[in-house]
Amino acid sequence: MTDKPVTPAAPAAGGSRAGMKKELPEHFKAYKGVWVFVEVERGVVHPVSFELLGEGRKLADQLGVDLAGVVLGPPGEGTKHAVAESFAYGADLVYLMEDALLTDYRNEPFSKGLTDLVNTYKPEILLLGATTLGRDLAGSVATTLLTGLTADCTELAVDADKSLAATRPTFGGSLLCTIYTLNFRPQMATIRPRVMKMPARVEKPVGRVVSHPLAMVEDDIVTKILAFVADRETNKVNLAYADIVVAGGLGLGAVENMQLVKNLAKALGAEYGCSRPIVQKGWMPAERQIGQTGKTIRPRLYIAAGISGAIQHRVGVEGADLIVAINTDKNAPIFDFAHVGLVTDAVRFLPALTEAFSRRLSPHNRDKLAG
Amino acid sequence: MHIVVCIKQVPDSAQIRVHPVTNTIMRQGVPTIINPYDLFALEAALRLRDEHGGTVTVLTMGPPMAEDSLRKALTFGADRAVLLTDRFFAGSDTLATSFALAQAIAKIGETFGTPDIVFTGKQTIDGDTAQVGPGIAKRQKLLQLTYVSKIAELDLAARRIKVERRAEGGVQVLETRLPVLITMLEGTNEMRRGTMVDALRAARAEIVTWSAKDAGIEDVLKCGLRGSPTVVKRVFAPAARSDKAQMIEIQPATRDTADALVAAIFGGIAGIEGDLVELHQTL
Ligand SMILES: Cc1cc2nc3c(=O)[nH]c(=O)nc-3n(C[C@H](O)[C@H](O)[C@H](O)COP(=O)(O)OP(=O)(O)OC[C@H]3O[C@@H](n4cnc5c(N)ncnc54)[C@H](O)[C@@H]3O)c2cc1C
Repeated sequence: MTDKPVTPAAPAAGGSRAGMKKELPEHFKAYKGVWVFVEVERGVVHPVSFELLGEGRKLADQLGVDLAGVVLGPPGEGTKHAVAESFAYGADLVYLMEDALLTDYRNEPFSKGLTDLVNTYKPEILLLGATTLGRDLAGSVATTLLTGLTADCTELAVDADKSLAATRPTFGGSLLCTIYTLNFRPQMATIRPRVMKMPARVEKPVGRVVSHPLAMVEDDIVTKILAFVADRETNKVNLAYADIVVAGGLGLGAVENMQLVKNLAKALGAEYGCSRPIVQKGWMPAERQIGQTGKTIRPRLYIAAGISGAIQHRVGVEGADLIVAINTDKNAPIFDFAHVGLVTDAVRFLPALTEAFSRRLSPHNRDKLAG
Repeated sequence: MHIVVCIKQVPDSAQIRVHPVTNTIMRQGVPTIINPYDLFALEAALRLRDEHGGTVTVLTMGPPMAEDSLRKALTFGADRAVLLTDRFFAGSDTLATSFALAQAIAKIGETFGTPDIVFTGKQTIDGDTAQVGPGIAKRQKLLQLTYVSKIAELDLAARRIKVERRAEGGVQVLETRLPVLITMLEGTNEMRRGTMVDALRAARAEIVTWSAKDAGIEDVLKCGLRGSPTVVKRVFAPAARSDKAQMIEIQPATRDTADALVAAIFGGIAGIEGDLVELHQTL
């Protein structure tokens, strides 16, 4: 996708080209159907793949075409499970490439495999999770196919002439842009985990599976995997899937005040996070960053203290059920998308809020309230 | 050994302000920097050179003023700088960018010796796609190692390299053959301070400046807007929520405000109070 910084000051740059839309070249008209690359790591499907199947289902229905899950993996239970789950999350069919060479991710066999599948079965849309695997793979496949790829989309839609409209934040501004791949197929996009809603799982029998060989031998693959060192559980920050998240931004003013965020999080059994400048200042580690280039979260409750609500932050938190913003500036953009806004000094208010929660939740007080 | 490091000049995002009314970026006077992710790639390259000998060439595609970034890279200790600049490149998306950079790398190979390793940063802070590295690798038929957190071993005689790569849920230890393209993960090293000698050399250095034609690009239709399959059709401001936030405005906030907020939260999310009470009993 566009690595050019989009200059909203001169929207004509995009606009002039938009007018150039020609009819889709004849050989691309055969490209039909929506595909979701189903990412399997050590036998486990990455949840982003289900989120994408949910989104892909909507696109396929609007286009009146099939939704396919694309599973590449070694023969065995993990792969079989991934196929079954693809149907449970809405796929009409599955393209399956089973080969022991696909046991762990390596660029060479996976990019060849996926490229071959695309060239053989010709989808119009191909979606991948914007994970380390998905981004590694998507970049290679799109380059081989010489087609467009839009990274980190926050919204997908089908427009009147049935092309994919992929929306993502632009650089530095509080703006979004919609990107098209006009004259090439497939239209490729990556989407980060948690950006799309997890669809309901519906138990369904395994439907049509189209198997296709990888046609490679180990000697064709130069890169060897010597070892895999799994992350220790304790190192994992589970922001993306947390129920409650408390975050701090530059408005907190000082590294010591990060503790106020942690204290409130602790009182709520929540995860804590921050905006990007906090990471840049070294006040919190990178895995705590929330937003477009950090984690996307979908908690039931999100409390943002001293965060202005820039678009890159907004796209990472909009999936929250209830957003509470604490900010001294009543015109801060965060109040455009928060549900509850508090115009006050967060440094003073956070301790009060922590106490209020503790007061309300302590068993002692509850007994009194009940009595 | 010859290493090429691709860098990009980007506006310093920390200094960018958005016009409150028009929602457009106010670029006037915003300083430019080397894309911060690229510095990890450059430092990794310099360390390999210091250990194994050879040269580091930095390459950028951009407007003539992108020369500043190249000079900066020279002050850190890069040996040579190549600027790829041409109006044909304007408006390139990642596919067109990787095409132009791959062509320039081929030309660098012909002119200064075939690179053994090409480095890029993980992604840029402006485009933010992480797609150009893999794009260059495919076009140049280089083996691709993305999200590399550590270069564990380089055996030039055997043309082998061993790296650690950040993967989902863990770290892969991979071994492959040169030539490779590596995208370096952030936070994996710290950029050195340049020496006085390098600073003086950088100030005087001649930047190799190539047009599309100089870089051997014959088909300019593959460059810039015309070579870009993606098209930005619409730029717009996100809509505000239709139901405007319930605002509690008290200065300074009091204990009552805090209690009111807790009540609003518990009233706003069904079941959350009960869940939290339960949690507190287990704490
Ligand atoms: C490519 C790109 C990717 C990015 N990715 C991300 C990302 O993933 N995540 C992210 O967060 N940002 C990201 N950003 C940065 C983003 O554009 C903003 O710069 C950033 O989110 C601002 O952080 P902030 O809200 O903490 O700081 P500021 O914008 O400086 O806001 C501070 C806020 O605190 C308020 N305040 C001040 N004092 C107080 C007080 N005492 N109490 C309460 N409020 C107070 C101010 O009114 C202000 O609204 C990205 C930018 C770019 C260009």
